[in-house]
This record gives sequence, structure tokens and C-alpha cells, in this order.
Amino acid sequence: MEELSGQNLNACNQCLKCTAGCSFVDNMDLLPNQVIRCIQLGQEDEVMKSKTPWLCASCFTCVTRCPKGVDLSRIMEAIRTLLLRQGKEHINLSGSEFKLPADAPQQLFVSGSRKLSG
Amino acid sequence: MAENNSDKNIVYYPGCTLHTWAKSLSDTFIESFKKLDINLHELSDWSCCQAVFPLARDNIMGLVPAARILIQAREHGDILTTLCSFCFNVLRRTNNAIQTDGEIRAKLNAYLEEDYTGDVHVLHPLEILKVMVGFDKLKSKVTKPCGNIKIGPYYGCQLIRPPKEMKFDDPEDPKLLDMFLESIGCEVVNFPFKVECCGSYQIVQGEDMVADRAYAILSNARKNGAEAIALSCPLCFYNLDTRQNLITQKYTDFSPMPVFYFTELMGMALGIDEGLCGFDKHKVDPGILLESLQKSSDTQEHVTVKNDQNKLGVN
Ligand code: SF4
Ligand code: SF4
Repeated sequence: MEELSGQNLNACNQCLKCTAGCSFVDNMDLLPNQVIRCIQLGQEDEVMKSKTPWLCASCFTCVTRCPKGVDLSRIMEAIRTLLLRQGKEHINLSGSEFKLPADAPQQLFVSGSRKLSG
Repeated sequence: MAENNSDKNIVYYPGCTLHTWAKSLSDTFIESFKKLDINLHELSDWSCCQAVFPLARDNIMGLVPAARILIQAREHGDILTTLCSFCFNVLRRTNNAIQTDGEIRAKLNAYLEEDYTGDVHVLHPLEILKVMVGFDKLKSKVTKPCGNIKIGPYYGCQLIRPPKEMKFDDPEDPKLLDMFLESIGCEVVNFPFKVECCGSYQIVQGEDMVADRAYAILSNARKNGAEAIALSCPLCFYNLDTRQNLITQKYTDFSPMPVFYFTELMGMALGIDEGLCGFDKHKVDPGILLESLQKSSDTQEHVTVKNDQNKLGVN
């Protein structure tokens, strides 16, 4: 994960600034800072089964505010990328359970599918 | 500052959404720039930029589409512009990566059989207005100032972040859209949630999440005195206008708030054909505010708008 994200995870001192500013924490099972903590402690399994990386919308607020220069958006993408490369799609766009919002812009389909499906 | 803009070609990349879903964003931009004597050369035969900048270090192939667009643009001019915040983010970050990361530059050029070093300038229309036109000149071209509308400028994410690469404005308190709105005569309302995420593409994982984000943003704008908001990104427009019905369904204290693309307001102020604004496609009817705009010298009208706000209906 460090290699794929290009981030030094040990730089994080768990100040929680990232979590304080993230818009999606209400729906997350691991908070953004906890994702880093788990990896620091070698608990990669926890982050691989968490909903959090899929809920991260790459809004770059945490990246902007981290006092240690950690780019959490790249860590979240590294986790998604590892899962997608194992064939574990979060959303199967052609699956019957997935309903496309018919009134949405093309931009939504391209961005959503590139982040959430393989 | 370029005094003579007429010999400067600005290359325009419309992207997947601008000629279709967000047609009014593109049409009002093109017509307004004509009024300002700025030449736009629209790229023909372009491909999708991929919408999201690839964040995995080894995903260099993910940069190829944007690199192609930059190289294609170079043939027609040295400035590339685009309106969609996602396209802008991808194109500017890709260009930045080509300029600053030798490995990325070498791999992309080897694959594309090109020799591109990142010399195209990727500029947002708001930056062009500031640097190449000047807000004073824009102000002098306004024929119908938007004097009676209190507008909250909404920036969202992809336009301004990450600041090290985007270098657009202060990431916590940007002012460029504020300055633009002031120059076309709007009363600008500052609100802290102007840089919050609108929910992006996450509606595919749940409508509730997006309703919560949109409610937080629009309520914060209203609490600070805004009657409407102005923005630049089609996906923000989708979450904040098209799906505003999700908010009214979930939050009974919420009354609808009109949303504009900044280019629609520019077009109105510069006197372009109002039909290009596509106001009939807005889900929250901006009608009452527009009437107020047309009678902007009449201060009485402003009071009417405020009193009638609860009548603005969601289609
Ligand atoms: S803001 Fe940075 S240093 Fe603080 S907890 Fe988050 S990643 Fe760690
Ligand atoms: S980039 Fe992801 S983790 Fe960081 S603030 Fe945005 S949604 Fe939260």
C-alpha cells in the first residue's frame, strides 16, 4: 500500500485533522485516520474489508489539511486499486441490483465507474 | 495581461457532459466569450479525459487520455481551457505531472511517441477572465447587472484541490468566483461550506448521503444570506439542483434554492440570448430571481423575491 500510494504512513501522528474535515465519516466503518492506524499496525485485513475506501470520494480535503503531508486520497485509492485488481468490484455496473440514475450527467457514470468498478 | 486578445487562440475542451447534459454551461460560456472578443477554438475529435485523476502511482496508463488531449491542444494554441471541474482537475494535474515528474513524462512520451514537456497552460475560464480580460473590463461590458440577487459562490472540490497541484486559489477561502460575481453586479454572500464536497458520484451508493451533503451546503449558504448559489461543475449542479428534491423529501425545514452555472449569470449580464441559459432544464425554477434580475434597478423587487422565496418550486 505504501508503494502504490507513494505515501510514508509512519509520518502520520494520528492528529485526526483528516477525519475532522471528511464529509463522509457518518457512513464510514473505519475513520480516515483509523485506516492509516490499521496499516501502521499491520492490520491490512481490516482496511481491505472496510467500506471506508469506497466511500472516500477523493475530495482532497484531508490532503489539503494534513500537517504531515500525508496524501490520504492516494492511500484510499491504493486500497481500492488492490481490491479491484483482485477482481473485487464494489459496484457491478451491469449487475441487475444496480440502478443507474436516469437523469444523471455522463460525468457521473465515468467518475463513479472508474472509482467503484473494475 | 494581454491587451489584444483577438490573435490569441484559446483551445476549448468540452468533455463528455458539456454538449449534452450541461449544454447551457457550454453555450453561455461560448457566447459570453464572443461578447468579450476572446477566440475559442474547440477541439474536434477529442476523447474522454477519464474524469478522475489516477491516484495509484503505477497507473501511468490512466494518464494517457489526458496527455493525448494536451498534445492535441498544443497544435492549436498554448492555452487549454475547460469548464467541468473534473476535466479541469484531470488536465491540470496531468500537465503538472508531465512537467514535474521525469519518469511519468518519459513513459508517456515513449508510449505516445511524442515529445511533450507540459508547455500548454491549462486555465479555467475564471482564470482567463481574471488574467486575460480583467474583472474591470468584464464589468465595463455588463449591460444587465445582476444587482438584486444575493449569490453564494460554491467552489466544491476538484476546482481547488489539491492546492499544491491545482494552484487555483486559497483552498480554504477561495475568492476568484466571488470576484467574478461581484464584477457582473451580484451581491456576493460568503459562506464557509463553499469548499465542502457535494457528494460527487456517491449517489450511486446511496441517495441519502448526497441529500445530506447538499442540505448541509445549501442550508449553510442560506443561513449566511444567500438566495441562490453559483457554481461551475455539472456534477455539483446535479447534486445541488437536479436532485434537490431528495433534500425536500428528507428535510421538512428546507425550502428550495435556485442554482446557477456561473456562465449563465455571465451570459445574462452580458446580454446574450436568454434561451441559451436553459433555465427550463433547472429543476429548481429560478424564475422569480430572474425577474428580479431584469428589473435590477428596482429595489422594491428585491423585497418581493425574499417574500416569495417559499414559492420557488421543485419540478
Ligand atoms: S491529518 Fe495527517 S497526520 Fe493527522 S491523522 Fe490524518 S493523515 Fe495522520
Ligand atoms: S479525500 Fe476521501 S478521506 Fe479525504 S476528506 Fe475527502 S472523502 Fe474523506
